Amino acid sequence: MISQIFSLAFLAQTIRITVPYSLASLGGVYSERGGVVNIALEGIILNGAFCATVGTYYTGSPWFGLLCGIAGGLLVAAIHAAISIHVKADQIISGIALNLFAVGITKFVLEILFQSSSNSPRIAGLPYIKLGFIKDQPDVAHLLGNPLVLLTVLIVVASHFIIFKTRFGLRLRSVGENPEAADTVGINVTSYRYYGVLISGVLAGLAGAWLAFDQHSFTDGMSAGRGYIALAAMIVGKWNPLGAAAACLLFGFAESLQIQLQGGTLPTQFIQMIPYLATIVVLAGFIGKSVAPGADGIPYEKEK
Amino acid sequence: MLYAVELLNITKRFARTVANDKVTLRVQSGSIHALVGENGAGKTTLMETLYGLYQPDEGTIRIHEKEVSIRSPHDSIRHGIGMVHQHFMLVGPMTVLENIILGAETTRYSLLDFKKTTAEISELAGRFSLTVPLSEKVESIGVGVQQRVEILKAIYRKADILVLDEPTAVLTPQEATQLFRILFELKEEGKTIVLITHKLSEVMAVSDHVSVMRKGKIAGEVETSLTTPEQLAEMMVGRRILLRVEKTEKKSGDPVLAVNKLSCIDKRGVNVLNNISLEVSSGEILGIAGVEGNGQSQLIECITGLLKPTSGSITIDGMQIAGLSPKEVFARGLAHVPEDRIKRGLVVEMDVAENLILGLHMQKEFGSRLSMNRKAIAQNAHLLITKYDIRPMNPEALARGLSGGNQQKVILARELSRNAQIIVASQPTRGVDIGGIEFIHRTLVQARDAGKAILMISADLNEILSLSDRIAVMYGGQIVKVFPDNKVKESELGLYMTGSRGNSAQRASDG
Repeated sequence: MISQIFSLAFLAQTIRITVPYSLASLGGVYSERGGVVNIALEGIILNGAFCATVGTYYTGSPWFGLLCGIAGGLLVAAIHAAISIHVKADQIISGIALNLFAVGITKFVLEILFQSSSNSPRIAGLPYIKLGFIKDQPDVAHLLGNPLVLLTVLIVVASHFIIFKTRFGLRLRSVGENPEAADTVGINVTSYRYYGVLISGVLAGLAGAWLAFDQHSFTDGMSAGRGYIALAAMIVGKWNPLGAAAACLLFGFAESLQIQLQGGTLPTQFIQMIPYLATIVVLAGFIGKSVAPGADGIPYEKEK
Repeated sequence: MLYAVELLNITKRFARTVANDKVTLRVQSGSIHALVGENGAGKTTLMETLYGLYQPDEGTIRIHEKEVSIRSPHDSIRHGIGMVHQHFMLVGPMTVLENIILGAETTRYSLLDFKKTTAEISELAGRFSLTVPLSEKVESIGVGVQQRVEILKAIYRKADILVLDEPTAVLTPQEATQLFRILFELKEEGKTIVLITHKLSEVMAVSDHVSVMRKGKIAGEVETSLTTPEQLAEMMVGRRILLRVEKTEKKSGDPVLAVNKLSCIDKRGVNVLNNISLEVSSGEILGIAGVEGNGQSQLIECITGLLKPTSGSITIDGMQIAGLSPKEVFARGLAHVPEDRIKRGLVVEMDVAENLILGLHMQKEFGSRLSMNRKAIAQNAHLLITKYDIRPMNPEALARGLSGGNQQKVILARELSRNAQIIVASQPTRGVDIGGIEFIHRTLVQARDAGKAILMISADLNEILSLSDRIAVMYGGQIVKVFPDNKVKESELGLYMTGSRGNSAQRASDG
């Protein structure tokens, strides 16, 4: 039974779940390191998925669809940024509003374009890199050869360097921790906060595109809470790119374990608890205190 | 004569107030220029305008005899201006090195060049004796070191004009002396320094010139060697002022508050109070001197019922109060002026009248369980506002809008109106201007003369020396020395405060 669970297919399943979590979670890291709480990740993912689907359907090019997914994410993120940074409104409320808005608008346009309130027609997936060593399991080969998987790994590693080793990262962190201090050394707080939120739009938009391509269509509300789980992973990962990605991997692992174990001898209700139990155990037992950036969620007022 | 900074006819208005009214200030190149004035006189606003944090509504700024336009700190840094703010502008969770380079980073292959910058900063630090631990996080180093980080930050940006806003407010006397040495070294190197302060002894010791501000205007400018502290104080306040507290010999009675072998271990398992014994008699002020964080706060918290001691006793008139709730402690005749007035002394979103009955609100005269007696509260407010000269004289003003001195007067008025026999006052004049300090000191001395027992904790040695009848020094959770009078030198107190002298615990109950 163990070998059956921890098979290549299981690995593929874990990766399939982890990729969108990681992308969105990293998005959260950029946004919140800059001081803007981004609960709108959920809506960004959903809109990213929708725009990727529409772009691919009408042009037949998944690459163009991917760009549309990014643009769709950016759009929602830009609205969140403007509301949070410019208007200085409550970031949680802005996020919730955008999430609700994304559910409504995608469904509305879905109806207009495809005369269905539940799902879009089938779209092509991204072309995959042929992996010679996996021959007998085409599904697994498709997944592991997906360029987005490789891209996600690259983004995770690069983000670690960007946040901690570059000028941009240093300034972004300072703006999220103590914007006044950043301001007094001549750093433009507003710009850096925009950069953080917009990057989260690109990344969570990519996460949405992944969902759409993985399922070869858009379905109503397909983000299904992934934005929130990504935020939880970001916190478990202490707002660090590597930590967030590791937390996403753990969540992905727990979720695919749950899928594997279904139909077995254990009652489903217990099995469905696995991902949540894993979260609680990790949060309570292993992580220790996770401290948010000092000015996370607080708009910056220049003149006191 | 070359001027490094010329601020000409600067006017800056905020919503309703004029913070700077046609202010002209000229600072000679290579000099130390002190800018003094009471809180709210406009010193900080003026300097933050120079630093580009505010835009002046009128006036011009000249740097090294050339007119410049400073729209942001970015511009002022470019013109060689550095500023060390009163509240340090540091990012706690980042390292000292990261804080110093922030905004002026050197990169190599788009990564931060930590190696090169470390070398550069170490060289600078060595040259100005500004030793700092570069790889430590800022939140884990002391305030004295944080200040050196701020100065290094400015010098690293090649500042040749350095503005320091109340730099000694958080320092021990030893650290302050060290800071002054650094300032002299910077001056030697040809840098120009503007020092904002309201401590006149510092002005006399360090500066070449002094400008005095009052109510947004320049009240005078003099060469330091040609003036006296008394003259400066008069310029600051606009009337003659007593720098010394007038006080008669104490006529102390019986001990009322007694602390015996008090120890306290905090949540982290640290022994924050270690076998403390002291007594305060009616009609005397016992001053506790010490660098902050040596157990003073915990001692006060134990006495006022906010913290449970691990062992030992605290008695009022022989009655045990250790472990009682604050309400029970107050009922036994204790009043408390807390060290953090915003956090513990006031509810800043409530008005003055309401703040004046906090903790007294359950008294019958102010209302019952279900309703408040608005009239009695207003009357009480009216009485206390007049008696303590609280401004604005409006019981409905929000506590948030009051100046530090007036906030402190609200607390003092309330606590003294309890008619308690013991007054515990922690940092009673922190952030209060000279006029306010004079008033608060006079009030405390009056209370002592009326037979109250006063336990005062202060980081300000001047205050300790001028008010106390006896002085105890705390270091590392212990009372390391008790002086039976206040005839002790500041430098000697400093030695005990920093633990360089007096290792054995002494009892503060003799005297």
